[in-house]
Amino acid sequence: MNVALMNQALMSPALMAQALNPGAAPVATPFFFYMLAGAAILSGLFVITRRNAVHSALALIVTLLSVSGLYLMLYAPFVAGVQIIVYAGGIMVLFLFVIMLVSIERVTKERQFNRIWPVGLLASCALLALFVSAFSKGKDLFPERRMALVETSNTQQIGALLYGEAARMGQYTFAFEIASLLLLVAILGAVIMTKRKI
Amino acid sequence: MLREFMSYLGSSVPPANAGNQLWALIYVFIIFAGVAVAVLCMNWIERKALAHFQVRLGPMRVGPHGLLQPFADAIKLLTKEDVIPAEADKVVFWIAPVIGLLAAFTVYTVIPFGPSEAVSDMNIGILFMLGVSSLGVLGIVTAGWASNSHYPLMGALRSSAQMVSYEVAMGLAVVSALLMTSLNTSGTGTLSMIGIVEAQQQQGIWFIFKFFPLGLAAFAIFAIAMIAETNRAPFDLPEAESELTAGFHTEYSGLRWSLFMLGEYAAMIAVSSIAVTLWLGGWLRPLPNLLHGAAWEFIFSLFPGLTFGGLALIAFIGTARMPSHAFFRIQRAGLGVFAALLGLIALLLLVIAVAGRANDTSIAARFRDGVDYVYWFVLKVAVFMYLFIWYRATWPRYRFDQLMKVGWKVMLPISLGVLIVTAIVGVLIS
Repeated sequence: MNVALMNQALMSPALMAQALNPGAAPVATPFFFYMLAGAAILSGLFVITRRNAVHSALALIVTLLSVSGLYLMLYAPFVAGVQIIVYAGGIMVLFLFVIMLVSIERVTKERQFNRIWPVGLLASCALLALFVSAFSKGKDLFPERRMALVETSNTQQIGALLYGEAARMGQYTFAFEIASLLLLVAILGAVIMTKRKI
Repeated sequence: MLREFMSYLGSSVPPANAGNQLWALIYVFIIFAGVAVAVLCMNWIERKALAHFQVRLGPMRVGPHGLLQPFADAIKLLTKEDVIPAEADKVVFWIAPVIGLLAAFTVYTVIPFGPSEAVSDMNIGILFMLGVSSLGVLGIVTAGWASNSHYPLMGALRSSAQMVSYEVAMGLAVVSALLMTSLNTSGTGTLSMIGIVEAQQQQGIWFIFKFFPLGLAAFAIFAIAMIAETNRAPFDLPEAESELTAGFHTEYSGLRWSLFMLGEYAAMIAVSSIAVTLWLGGWLRPLPNLLHGAAWEFIFSLFPGLTFGGLALIAFIGTARMPSHAFFRIQRAGLGVFAALLGLIALLLLVIAVAGRANDTSIAARFRDGVDYVYWFVLKVAVFMYLFIWYRATWPRYRFDQLMKVGWKVMLPISLGVLIVTAIVGVLIS
């Protein structure tokens, strides 16, 4: 992938897609969307209804994988890959690691003592209102045209946006580095809180 | 159907990129069958090689030189009683080996056996491979937990700690190889598995020799981390039999146990393929810069046929050396047939090589190229598979604290240092 081709891709994805993949039918058919979205919602329901924490965690993994499939459908393979490697492969393993040390028998018999369902109801109502409003005037909020097939250079484009030299390309460098600094502080905090003596 | 079948022939991209689902499916079946055969071979070679390392004979009874032992094992495992412990979590116990197997086999979609001999060429190839193979630990963790028993739980805890620790060093080693792909005129690297091998072709050097010894150091870190990732000796603490009986699969038997084994060997082949792709030039044959020209091309294209010829020769010698007692008559005939079969394959490959020489654009030449690519890739992976056995016969198992110390205090700093120095050198020379 040379720079000229990439610049062209940044300016006009449609041209790029036509050059790379003439006449190919899109893979992102409604069938896959409904399948992945259905799997995500169903396993999401399992996460909050199972009393056994390990079952919840396994259902959450299915949710995360379905969401990564949805990212693939949005022609964002890099985000999908990161979703798998960070959430499904990294964080969920640590989740399971911790849950396995808890005695499941006692936990499943215990009465739940967190009475915050009014807050949850309020939050989900607000989210529903947001979704409904976004759906009802979606055409004004989002550009109607579908993102053209730029997946062949998706990673390179993200790299250019994050670290590129030109003012237009590297516009997110500062925000990205701030986020990484925040993560570093969080890591240091976790280490200091767990290890009194370093 | 036929039109779809014919339209892909002669294409220069993997079937999934050409949008040909039929051929993608054919490739998936070929790869699945190939991996299954490789696991069978690996089973036999591992037992024989380990036996010879320890001055034993290994399996000798089932078939000539125990050649039918893997099949006997498979039949035994399939017919064995399948026990699920009474207090186990049935659903999770059932799902766990499937997770491991799926994670091990899914990554084969992006492994490049040749420039077009892969199921798919993804833009995020190596990221996809690392991500999906890291899901394999979920199978081990859930298996250990669902068994509801102490040894499996300890094995699962060890395994997750070990795999998470070594993944970090592994990922940094991979990144330093990816940095090398960007040393071209455009300055843009790639994550695509095929793109990585093509970058080595363009730069005219395998990344293991690039910026000597930086590439070698990154490769060495990956080669160590991948043994820990696949839970093989000397890092096989999750199934350390002297401490944990059989670790996370203590409660598993029969078919489910064999699924774990299949997943483990498939994962070993997969990580070896990553190492071959990133540092050893993937499907490229040795020294294409020095030994080029039509004559050398022809000589190298004879290699696959000669390899099978050599194997056939060994089998023939084995047939000749069989005791001439009547008791061995059937075994002798069987080994002879096996040798003849290997000889036939050798002959076929040699014919393809010679036929492809006449016309470089013919379908035979295309076929010869395909055979060459797959041959060199598989040969390099086979070296790694032998190394896995060799390590197992040579080194004693680590203690758990030593393992963690090596992972976090030795491998991680070295791989970080290699990454930084690689970046600096890359910027300086470009």
